[in-house]
Amino acid sequence: MGGEAGTVEVTGLSKRFGTVRAVDALSFTAQPGRITGFLGPNGSGKTTTLAMVLGLVRPDSGSATIGGLPYAALERPALTVGASLAANFHPAHTGRAHLDIVRRGIGLPKAVIAEKLDLVGLTAAADRKTGGYSLGMRQRLALAAAMLGDPEVIILDEPINGLDPEGIRWIRQFLRRLADDGKTVLLSSHLLSEVQQTVDDVVVIREGSLAYAGTLTELQRGSGERAVLVSAGGDQGRLAEALQAAGGHVQGVRGDAMRVTELDPERIGRIALEERIALTHLSVEASHLEQSFLQLIAGEDS
Amino acid sequence: MNRIARSVSAEARKVLATKLWWLLAVVLAGYSAMMAALFAFMFGAMSGSLGEEFGDAMGAPPAAVPAQAAADMVYASVTTFGYVIPLLFGALMATGELRHRTLGLAFTIEPRRGIVLLGKAIVLLGFGLLIGLAGLVGAVGAGAPTLLALEGGPMLDTPETWLLFVRVVIAMSVWALIGFGVGVLVRNQAFTIVLALVFTQFIEPVLRAGAQFWEWSAQLAKFLPGAATDAFVGASVMNSMSSLDASFPAGAEPLTVWGGLGVLLAFAVVAVLAGWATRWRGDIV
Repeated sequence: MGGEAGTVEVTGLSKRFGTVRAVDALSFTAQPGRITGFLGPNGSGKTTTLAMVLGLVRPDSGSATIGGLPYAALERPALTVGASLAANFHPAHTGRAHLDIVRRGIGLPKAVIAEKLDLVGLTAAADRKTGGYSLGMRQRLALAAAMLGDPEVIILDEPINGLDPEGIRWIRQFLRRLADDGKTVLLSSHLLSEVQQTVDDVVVIREGSLAYAGTLTELQRGSGERAVLVSAGGDQGRLAEALQAAGGHVQGVRGDAMRVTELDPERIGRIALEERIALTHLSVEASHLEQSFLQLIAGEDS
Repeated sequence: MNRIARSVSAEARKVLATKLWWLLAVVLAGYSAMMAALFAFMFGAMSGSLGEEFGDAMGAPPAAVPAQAAADMVYASVTTFGYVIPLLFGALMATGELRHRTLGLAFTIEPRRGIVLLGKAIVLLGFGLLIGLAGLVGAVGAGAPTLLALEGGPMLDTPETWLLFVRVVIAMSVWALIGFGVGVLVRNQAFTIVLALVFTQFIEPVLRAGAQFWEWSAQLAKFLPGAATDAFVGASVMNSMSSLDASFPAGAEPLTVWGGLGVLLAFAVVAVLAGWATRWRGDIV
């Protein structure tokens, strides 16, 4: 069964709470060395799915394995999987006490606490009670707890929610480094824009069932009409003509950036090269990706 | 085995992470000291001149309490009046986890939930013992000098007294476990506190007193957890007060020491198993 050591594999997972079908025949995988974004609106079953992966919720049918084994069957699960399902702490515990409790439960030497506090930049606040922590600090503490056992698989529920821009940049780099080290990173979010610059693979669920699974690039490519923003300084007018000649639809030639549809970024770059026009800006219109995500979760076929 | 040791270590750290356990230990020490001093003074007075006057007024010969029995009742005030403290301790340790939703983390670290429960139970029994010890320190600290000053002996050199101390701390320890079961079942922290206080300080004493009117109710009442505790510890002001009245039905004899322990343990086992069945093994999101 189950492939590589760090692969998270969800197969036909279903769970009902009363009459609500929280998760319905869901299948996807998260691979080592990649960051997988698990996306869907609030209440779409993300947390329930992750809870089933961690053995906290018993599925009605289907299975979730890590390296081929159910979580509960792992010999020392916290050394393989680091997870944070919700940044919940006892408000009277200090950050350091929280990590010490987790550390003892996993069976690790005391030194890991200072190390991981340092890693997430929480050393200064470690001896304060978590009740007084900001959301960003709670996220960092939860991350430190998940990282205590230096796990191969990192599962985080909404880890970016509540972080300030600096924190978002920090966690992006942090998760990227983990993936580059060959670890499996699975993180959930209700906003694509939040993780768009972080994830390699995307799993989108809608009302508990799979709406899309694939790479972020494929999601961008497959989203039908897609706009590219391009600017070329003084040569903007000439570029617009060239793009139109190539079949592109160009808007806003006089503005800072032109909005081009019907052409992909690669083609636009090539045309500019052929025309010997230096580009000052070239990007995919972000809101468009978000829009295709919104279509996915709204259940519209694109 | 290692998994159990890790779970115990984590659960013990959890208790030590807040002030709750020693605040309750201090409260119990103070409460026990107060009650022990009060009853030591009372028994001393009964066997002294006050007792004669008291006896005369009642039209009966003074009932001088034997020194060992008096000392037992004084020291047993830790359990007779203080069992609410470990009950609260266990209950708050349970509701804290549920209220702050930290159970999921514990079950992520140790997916075998039985081991987490076992670790928790061992730690609660341990801290229950400690809290009981604190109560004894209070009761002996205030009770022994009072007994000494009032010409009865403090009886600290008899094995009976020390065996009573052992039974007192065991009883307190089991009460911490009962509290845990109650906390898991009730879930709401404020309601659990109110329930523990109202049951132990009001409902149970009233039931125990009221039950003495009929034989069948007296038979049932001795199985109440507080009555079982007193039976196990083997001395209680509450039991002795009622046994002074010879008109009570013979069937109201309290349980034996081992019977008391058995009933007390049964309450703990039922409470913990009910917690396991209703919440512990279910889905945690």
